[in-house]
Amino acid sequence: MIPGAFDYHRPKTVDEAVGLLSSLGDDATVVAGGHSLIPMMKLRMAVPEHLVDLQDLDDLKGISVSGTAVTLGAMVTQNELIASNALAQACPIIRETALQIADPQIRYVGTVGGNVANGDPGNDMPGLMLALDAAYELVGPDGTREVRARDFYDAAFFTARSDGEILTAIKISAPPAGHGWSYMKQKRKIGDYATAAAAVVLTMDGATCAIASIGLTNVADTALFAEAASAALTGSDLGDAAIAEAVAAAKAITNPAQDGRGPAEFRTHVCGMMVQRAVARAAERAA
Amino acid sequence: MAKIHVKMTVNGREVEGLAEPRTLLIHFLREDLGITGPHIGCDTSHCGACTVDLDGKSVKSCTVFVGQAEGADVTTIEGIAAADGTLHPLQEAFREHHGLQCGFCTPGMITRAHRLLQENPNPSDAEIRMGISGNLCRCTGYQNIVKAIRVAADEINSAREAAE
Ligand SMILES: Cc1cc2nc3c(=O)[nH]c(=O)nc-3n(C[C@H](O)[C@H](O)[C@H](O)COP(=O)(O)OP(=O)(O)OC[C@H]3O[C@@H](n4cnc5c(N)ncnc54)[C@H](O)[C@@H]3O)c2cc1C
Ligand code: FES
Ligand code: FES
Repeated sequence: MIPGAFDYHRPKTVDEAVGLLSSLGDDATVVAGGHSLIPMMKLRMAVPEHLVDLQDLDDLKGISVSGTAVTLGAMVTQNELIASNALAQACPIIRETALQIADPQIRYVGTVGGNVANGDPGNDMPGLMLALDAAYELVGPDGTREVRARDFYDAAFFTARSDGEILTAIKISAPPAGHGWSYMKQKRKIGDYATAAAAVVLTMDGATCAIASIGLTNVADTALFAEAASAALTGSDLGDAAIAEAVAAAKAITNPAQDGRGPAEFRTHVCGMMVQRAVARAAERAA
Repeated sequence: MAKIHVKMTVNGREVEGLAEPRTLLIHFLREDLGITGPHIGCDTSHCGACTVDLDGKSVKSCTVFVGQAEGADVTTIEGIAAADGTLHPLQEAFREHHGLQCGFCTPGMITRAHRLLQENPNPSDAEIRMGISGNLCRCTGYQNIVKAIRVAADEINSAREAAE
């Protein structure tokens, strides 16, 4: 499968890249790891006339962890997320999620910025970022702005990022030490997108759940922040009744497509299972 | 669309060429350079038959544009054996332990296993299975492939210990 023809650009700085996007206009697309974009280009579902490669932008690389403040450069690969011990200490759900994405070859090149910017409901990082209440830093011709992940996803492949903007970093305030976490993903095989997946982070105060937050992957047009399900756990003892309430609230907001992964009802059912298991696992891990 | 001039190192040799930007690395290797070890299996980033080593990472070369590999250090199955033709322990072990039947997946399997053993010289069977989970074999089955990688790891480790 041969993609359409395009001109290739490899800027050295963020300013140069933003300048290229402005001057080339609508026909330009940025490429990070290329492992969502290139398959789409081979199918000619994406036919950019200009490809702006971000690989030389050193400002977009690197992971910084200082206490609970975590910053991930957009060009950090999934493999680098897995390899970082500092990150696994501060916010272990990121490694757990990255390990469930695709396969080793894809994780060496697929980036966290590409994964969250892509806007595909099948990507695993958006649901996680909704649970963590992350913010995305965007740089465009008018300067820099931050958008919360919870305000970023409009519809499949439509996000708050405008065409002239580059997503440069992801900022996370990690939950406090001792928090519980779990990313549970049901997939048919390694390298498959989720039938349904759930990200859960929670903090206990004795026997009471002080705060909980749930994100859902691939059960609607976009990843979902399950607000009512999160609220059902917050302040509860995480007993069977509270979990059942959270599961029901999570299922209520799903609207999955019917595809090779199963009928919509099945995927909603699996979503409920993932929430239930992720809450149980997170509770076990919480101090 | 203008062709681009690309330069990279492939199996220790500096190579260059003119290519359309939409040329995939696998096509550049196979058609421009005549390096046909990496295979095209699925052409959809799933099977791993096209796996090559690019700057110390295993990548599926059907999903990399040639321009992205500009300046990179690439190793294919052709670069795994010693210069005098002595097979690498992985190649020996695949032969000895029936790690291949038709051989279509083998260049990708061995190139991937080669990188895996650099990162984790003593993997468990479970780690080998996870490590090659981006490579599909449609005929041998994974039992003997995992066994061959295990044997090669032991071989490499004991040769290293003997040398120390
Ligand atoms: C076989 C296979 C299986 C996969 N399985 C999974 C899976 O299970 N879960 C999962 O989450 N993903 C999966 N993926 C996708 C993979 O993780 C991608 O690498 C990832 O979604 C996108 O990252 P990328 O760096 O490759 O982005 P690219 O493909 O380069 O870009 C994706 C999109 O985002 C835009 N973009 C990229 N970076 C930026 C930026 N910094 N600023 C603005 N826009 C940007 C691009 O223009 C493009 O539209 C799979 C891919 C394959 C080929
Ligand atoms: S041909 Fe590249 S992954 Fe199958
Ligand atoms: S040996 Fe035939 S596909 Fe693996």
